[in-house]
Amino acid sequence: MSTVSRAEHCVVACADVWRGDGEIVASPTGTIPTIGARLARATFEPDLLLTDGEAAFVAGTWAAGAPAPGPVEGAFPFRTVFEVLWSGKRHVMMVPSQLDRFGNANISAIGDFARPTRQLLGVRGAPGNTVNHPTSYWVPRHLPRAFVPQVDMISGVGYDSAARAGVTASRFHQLRRVVTDLAVLDFATPDHRMRLVSVHPGVTVAQVQAQTGFELAVDGDVPATRTPTPEELQLIREVIDPRGLRDREVPA
Amino acid sequence: MTEDAVVAELRSGMTIGIGGWGSRRKPMSLVRALLRSDLRDLTVVSYGGPDVGLLCAAGKVRKLVYGFVSLDSIPLEPHFQAARQAGAVEVCEYDEGILYWGLYAASIRLPFLPTRAGLGSDVMRFNPQLRTVTSPYADAEELLAVPALHLDAALVHLNRADTAGNAQLLGPDLYFDDLFCGAAERAYVSCERIVPTDELAATGGARSLRISRLAVHGVVEAPRGAHFTSCDPDYGRDEAFQREYVDAAKDPTSWSAFVQRYLRGSEADYQRAVAARTATAEATK
Repeated sequence: MSTVSRAEHCVVACADVWRGDGEIVASPTGTIPTIGARLARATFEPDLLLTDGEAAFVAGTWAAGAPAPGPVEGAFPFRTVFEVLWSGKRHVMMVPSQLDRFGNANISAIGDFARPTRQLLGVRGAPGNTVNHPTSYWVPRHLPRAFVPQVDMISGVGYDSAARAGVTASRFHQLRRVVTDLAVLDFATPDHRMRLVSVHPGVTVAQVQAQTGFELAVDGDVPATRTPTPEELQLIREVIDPRGLRDREVPA
Repeated sequence: MTEDAVVAELRSGMTIGIGGWGSRRKPMSLVRALLRSDLRDLTVVSYGGPDVGLLCAAGKVRKLVYGFVSLDSIPLEPHFQAARQAGAVEVCEYDEGILYWGLYAASIRLPFLPTRAGLGSDVMRFNPQLRTVTSPYADAEELLAVPALHLDAALVHLNRADTAGNAQLLGPDLYFDDLFCGAAERAYVSCERIVPTDELAATGGARSLRISRLAVHGVVEAPRGAHFTSCDPDYGRDEAFQREYVDAAKDPTSWSAFVQRYLRGSEADYQRAVAARTATAEATK
């Protein structure tokens, strides 16, 4: 196998967020999480459900950027999406424009909400997702402007906000992991502050901290993000992303 | 009915729900008729796409109620962005599921429906009108009480319908079109083709008849009426046209040229201009 690229490390780090989830809907956003979710199902999480991006569950493993060949194994119109997500049987990976140390995420608008400097998508399903089922985040460019002391509009609910809102908001709230082009992070600290889990090969802890607008929790020596297995690399390169779309999201 | 006849039944200041999702199966010919009208100060409720963008660009909107506004293959809607960044519209930004629940509550005549969605987020901060309700059962959970979202009118686009308003979905997802109709005083369905009632069930079975005439006040035959959004399986999104729309929105000169070329005339003029554009694009391939 040739040298493993940064994008390929990101793919397995994304795949690993669904490890142990069993029979739930994996809802990735972005290219590398989509490749990661398909890789997870093709290898260690065979019971995951994946959609065709429209309104159907599709079995099998297929290439990023190509139509799903099927077989279709269920209908998943938006009405059902909300019923499933409120039931908790889903783990979403979203792409925030801003994220803070407790995992509050903004996908709505930058600046003053009354008159934003940059209007984004709107909160979409982020408020409901985060208080109903596990949520992870993908940040394709780990920059201080993405990792901020305070987000401008809390769309996805962080640990501190969930706690303040009370038991109903906290009951099913769970932020699993944040994967970026530099590192893997989580919230496994006593007060749920963001913690550095691993750095991708070639990245230092100091680099990650320098690109983060708040202090990260670091316990001891931070390991390197795991390298894909030969089987995973073959699946990524030949089956799930033969066109190399991953390199457009995270260039080598 | 015609699109203009539907719009003649609407008034300035009304709350109008628009079906579809993002840049998918939007009742665009009805939206274009709204653009041609002198209606203003509308409250628009939508899982937003170019419907919201066009109405904002034309200055028709006083208030928006939405979970997102996006063109799907192009994530951000340029006119919606411009309107927000100019502070030109009042907004009620909801979680997508809150919007669903508000429409559902209105359609089944309940004052509210409870949910967890929204709790802990700034949806609560920026919508101070929202209230919570405590479960009367042993759990005593405090939930968001999503208020019923009543509409004066709903506009939706489906694949087929009969003249009575029985409407057929041939594509993969109804989105929330039935709830938009149910939440509205008056609901109008545009469709690709009006067909005899016996043809409806014969082509897709009773299960494809997703909106009943019970909820519908008027039907418009609008071939390619969802253009440039998708209307599967009749046609997909016109991605090239959508890119042209987004590029044109980048400055006032190119936008007025776009309006001049496509939006000044009738729906038939629009469809002719689009067909001419497509023919030119094919010829220069």
